[in-house]
Amino acid sequence: MSLKTTLLLIPLLPLIGSLISGLARNQVGRAGAHWITILAVAGSCLLSVSVLQMQLAGEIGVENISIYAWMVSDGIRFEVGFLIDHLTTLMMTVVTFVSLMVHIYTIGYMHDDPGYQRFFSYINLFTFAMLMLVMSNNFLQLFFGWEAVGLVSYLLIGFWFKRESAIRANMKAFLVNRVGDFGFLLGIAAVLMTFGSLDYATVFAATPTMAGETISVMGGSEWNMLTFICICLFIGAMGKSAQAPLHVWLPDSMEGPTPISALIHAATMVTAGIFMVARMSPLFEMSDAALSFVMLIGAFTAFAMGLIGIVQNDIKRVVAYSTLSQLGYMTVALGVSAYSAAIFHLMTHAFFKALLFLGAGSVIIALHHQQDMRYMGALRKHMPITWITAWIGTLALVGFPFFAGFYSKDMIIEAVHLSQRWGSGVAYIAVVAGVLITSLYSFRLLYMTFHGKARWEVVESDEHHLPDGQLSHAPKESPLVVTVPLILLAIPSVLIGWYTVEPVLFGGWLDDSIYVAERNDVLAELSQHFHGATALGLHAVQTIPFWLMVAGFAIATFVYLFRPRVAELFSQRLPFLYRLLDHKYYFDEFYQKTFAQGGLRVGQGLWKRADAGFIDGFLVNGSARAVNWVAARVRRWQTGYLYDYAFAMIIGLIAILAAWVVLY
Amino acid sequence: MLTITHFLTLGAILFCLSVAGIFLNRKNVIILLMCIELMLLAVNMNFVTFSRFLDNLDGQVFVFFILTVAAAEAAIGLAILVVLFRNRETINVAELDDLKG
Amino acid sequence: MPLLSLLIWLPIIGGVAVLLAGDQRAGLARWLSLAVSLATLFMSFSLFTGFDRSTSAMQFEEMRPWIEIFSIHYHLGVDGFAVPLILLTTFFGPLVVIAGWEVIQKKVHQYMAAFLIMEGLMVGVFSALDGLLFYVFFEAMLIPMFLVIGMWGGPNRVYATIKFFLYTFLGSVFMLVGLIYLFIQSGTWEILQWHDFPLSMEVQRWLFLGFLAAFAVKIPMWPVHTWLPDAHVEAPTGGSVILAAIMLKIGGYGFIRFSLPITPDASAALDWLLIGLSLIAVVYIGFVALAQQDMKKLIAYSSISHMGFVTLGLFIAFAIFRNSDSGQGAALGVEGAMVQMISHGFISGALFLCVGVLYDRVHSREIKDYGGVVNTMPWFAFFAVLFLLANSGMPGTSGFVGEFMVILASFKASFWFAFCAGLTLILGAAYSLWLVKRVIFGDIANSNVRELNDINAREALVLGVLAVAVLLIGLWPSPLVDLMHSSVAHLLEHIVKSKVA
Repeated sequence: MSLKTTLLLIPLLPLIGSLISGLARNQVGRAGAHWITILAVAGSCLLSVSVLQMQLAGEIGVENISIYAWMVSDGIRFEVGFLIDHLTTLMMTVVTFVSLMVHIYTIGYMHDDPGYQRFFSYINLFTFAMLMLVMSNNFLQLFFGWEAVGLVSYLLIGFWFKRESAIRANMKAFLVNRVGDFGFLLGIAAVLMTFGSLDYATVFAATPTMAGETISVMGGSEWNMLTFICICLFIGAMGKSAQAPLHVWLPDSMEGPTPISALIHAATMVTAGIFMVARMSPLFEMSDAALSFVMLIGAFTAFAMGLIGIVQNDIKRVVAYSTLSQLGYMTVALGVSAYSAAIFHLMTHAFFKALLFLGAGSVIIALHHQQDMRYMGALRKHMPITWITAWIGTLALVGFPFFAGFYSKDMIIEAVHLSQRWGSGVAYIAVVAGVLITSLYSFRLLYMTFHGKARWEVVESDEHHLPDGQLSHAPKESPLVVTVPLILLAIPSVLIGWYTVEPVLFGGWLDDSIYVAERNDVLAELSQHFHGATALGLHAVQTIPFWLMVAGFAIATFVYLFRPRVAELFSQRLPFLYRLLDHKYYFDEFYQKTFAQGGLRVGQGLWKRADAGFIDGFLVNGSARAVNWVAARVRRWQTGYLYDYAFAMIIGLIAILAAWVVLY
Repeated sequence: MLTITHFLTLGAILFCLSVAGIFLNRKNVIILLMCIELMLLAVNMNFVTFSRFLDNLDGQVFVFFILTVAAAEAAIGLAILVVLFRNRETINVAELDDLKG
Repeated sequence: MPLLSLLIWLPIIGGVAVLLAGDQRAGLARWLSLAVSLATLFMSFSLFTGFDRSTSAMQFEEMRPWIEIFSIHYHLGVDGFAVPLILLTTFFGPLVVIAGWEVIQKKVHQYMAAFLIMEGLMVGVFSALDGLLFYVFFEAMLIPMFLVIGMWGGPNRVYATIKFFLYTFLGSVFMLVGLIYLFIQSGTWEILQWHDFPLSMEVQRWLFLGFLAAFAVKIPMWPVHTWLPDAHVEAPTGGSVILAAIMLKIGGYGFIRFSLPITPDASAALDWLLIGLSLIAVVYIGFVALAQQDMKKLIAYSSISHMGFVTLGLFIAFAIFRNSDSGQGAALGVEGAMVQMISHGFISGALFLCVGVLYDRVHSREIKDYGGVVNTMPWFAFFAVLFLLANSGMPGTSGFVGEFMVILASFKASFWFAFCAGLTLILGAAYSLWLVKRVIFGDIANSNVRELNDINAREALVLGVLAVAVLLIGLWPSPLVDLMHSSVAHLLEHIVKSKVA
């Protein structure tokens, strides 16, 4: 099998699986649907791994393969093709692996759902779209994948389309993403205008020569073209990767079924923005201003969104805010030119966050779709596998030494510390404080869910929907299809950081995909202090982040395990802060008022006043009325009497004669 | 001695009478028809006059044509009048205002 | 074989034959119309295969004297602009026949005949190379449409038809004056000779405004767009489909065939006006669409907004030539405008068919009368969501291609043009998806929705064919774009040369 066929099969297998299980859903049946789709994803996962192996063995280098010419216009070739380098392979492997786990998990999670086949079709389609995004060798296909993953996300958030909240959330997600895509598209247009091509290789090769280009945006002010491009592209990333202020859709996206929260809204799709910026590193490296912008947005998101996580009660929303915060970390890493660190964190985060989401899903199944942590507690004994894997995920998330998250997050913090970029001081404070916050909300979640007293009770009832806090039978551990993916994800959550930190960050694994200017290269500086993964782990106890993490653990243990009343006191004593966090800084309210209602009001106004009122009412029907008005007056001349007509004729005759006499 | 002026003056008087008859008359359609006939006669008068004084027979030929047309016109006009009366039961001009806008 | 004449007269003669079938034999009328429209479609394939893509010259030319005393000829011919539009027309022929199969129950023969005759006339518009012949087809086309809306339309159809007719007629009268002036000056009705006929700036400006009056109404551009929502709301489904899918394109085609090449200097001087109006159409109408309560009105407004991209793409070329010497991006804009026309034909046609499917069942176009349609009509929901996403410019569907090209091109002219045009990404998604949310998704809203039956095989066939077309152009626009390269290049060479003597 040639490389091209292999690469084509990787995205096409899930696409075919999706089409079969979606369009012929009644023919293939439930089991057929999950077998087809799982085999498809497993196939593309194996093929991705085989590509990775070929790369490790040095059989293939950077491969730029064109599949077909989408269109040629104005001398510009718009192509569909694949760029296979280490960054792509890493993403392909992560995406297909997490996707495979989620597929398997879905068998258990969606067991009773009437839309079983549809769900498999969607997540297969998502895998296709995400692979198209990461494998692309040009901006056009990137945009295709970009929007396609957004589309599948839209379909999946609204999967339970009968729920008003779900279809509201999916529209919100799509529209907020569209705001980002708007910037992204402008960025692509600027790239095409500047470079005359949308092909990565051509654009990146020409980047250094374009450093002096400018564009006039407002009146006479000239912007550096590359800064402009980078900021536009990053606006796209802000939408997709849910960076403030375009983050509002991600928490609401938790209305979708949990497997997709894990796959799309934690592990893969939301990291597309991070991937994109890393892919565009040759462009971003040319603009310090854009990188500062990226870094500050990321720092704000990392810090502020984590804080919200502390006051949320919905288990999935806590994890969602944690995702926002972690995406902020990745963005900060991008901002300080530590692209590899961002990708590294992306990878580790994909594993442990998928694990946490699936764990949360496991709890939710056991409690009959109860998501409120105030009605959980003491599940440790009932669901031991979920409990242990959740602990592993949490330790990875908070950055406990030797766990996956530790390496990636620590590297980001160190990189920010070393960076000389404008504003990096603020960013450093934000990311360090973020460690404490992460630790707080993570352990709070663990304690409220698995430890303490049970805040639910088992009652005898045949009712399907019981009030909050009541269950018809005791929660029990989830079936194998759920727990096996948990275990399989727990393994990389522990090991992947220790195992790959050296090759990915310091071994030059990503050197063929990512370009870092020498003056920005904080990771090179870091590598001088790096003496192996084990040493780094042991060294951790001497660093501030470690102790902040421990402090967070201690506070959470004290407050949520031993003195639950303290949390209430906090909200009573600091009502302003609590309300601010509880309302998520009022972003939603603000957007709703200004953009949603404002846009609608503008539309109403233009329609009723301008269109129906002025154009139709005044101009169109107005001219009809004017004709009527004139006619109403002129008609009086038509009396209908013969003698009047004769008289008019005579007068006319005399007038013509007179005129003739006068003129000649 | 009768000069051309006398004949033309007669023609003009007849024409003015007929015009006045058309738009002063508010009563009867028949009077209208008679006025139209009178108008044609006034024109005929002029034709005959000029024919006589200019020594050219063309004018008298025209008079024959006009008389024929006038007769036909009167016949059609009266026929319309009869139909009109049958339908409206009036030939009062003031009531015939179907063309009113 | 005179292919173009066949494509024009076969449906017209077929239409007359269908008329002769009479009111009693509705079945015969249906099958005969289907046969005629399918035959036309198959014949038009040879237009696609036999078209030489390497030249901008007119092809399949036919030339016969018509009214020799005024040197008017029956002159037909097609280039890369006309071929895709003719194919679009013949493509929709069988679709409207099938779409009206069971829905139209009274005066079936007249309904089918009107559409067949209209199809022939529209092909005539796209292939006429004689100014007067164009005008005759251009006006004659209004008559069947007038009848279709007036006879099979909704309750307020009289107002709508008169508005539709007066609007378009008023505009085209100005064009007629321009055409006659051109004839008097040049002594010929040949459009291609007019292209090379030198004209002073003053004359060009007046001619341009005359053409603008005709084509702006047809497209329609803001602010002469208000006939469209009314006409669409009142028209039967087939009428809306043809109106949106093809008739609006005649405006865009008119700009390409008349305004740009005949009055290039005036087009360049007044491009700010056209670009401004196009951007207003895109943004303003986008907002207006957001506020609509009636599904058909919403789609009608969305049509206006999308057609704004056509005029934008065409006139952005002048701004690009002014900004840069190379003029790179101008071809992208013009080709984008063409692709947008074709794509909008498919998508808006499909959307009106979707509304028709619901209207046939519930007899309401009000959004509030629906909700949760997906529960009872899953296949319908699949198609409707697909087309609405295409309407919002989803990559992979045809809706993306044209908008993408035009936005890319307009960036070359000015950042702000691209900015305003790009807003459609947000607005288009907002009104399309809000419609999805209110009509398709949600729990079953009322008993009408509960009793809905999913689309039958006939409706599935029509929507399925359109879905394939929309996806095909989205995934591989190359065959479509390749058709017009030579003609676009020729047009652009032509319009940069001043005609002011």
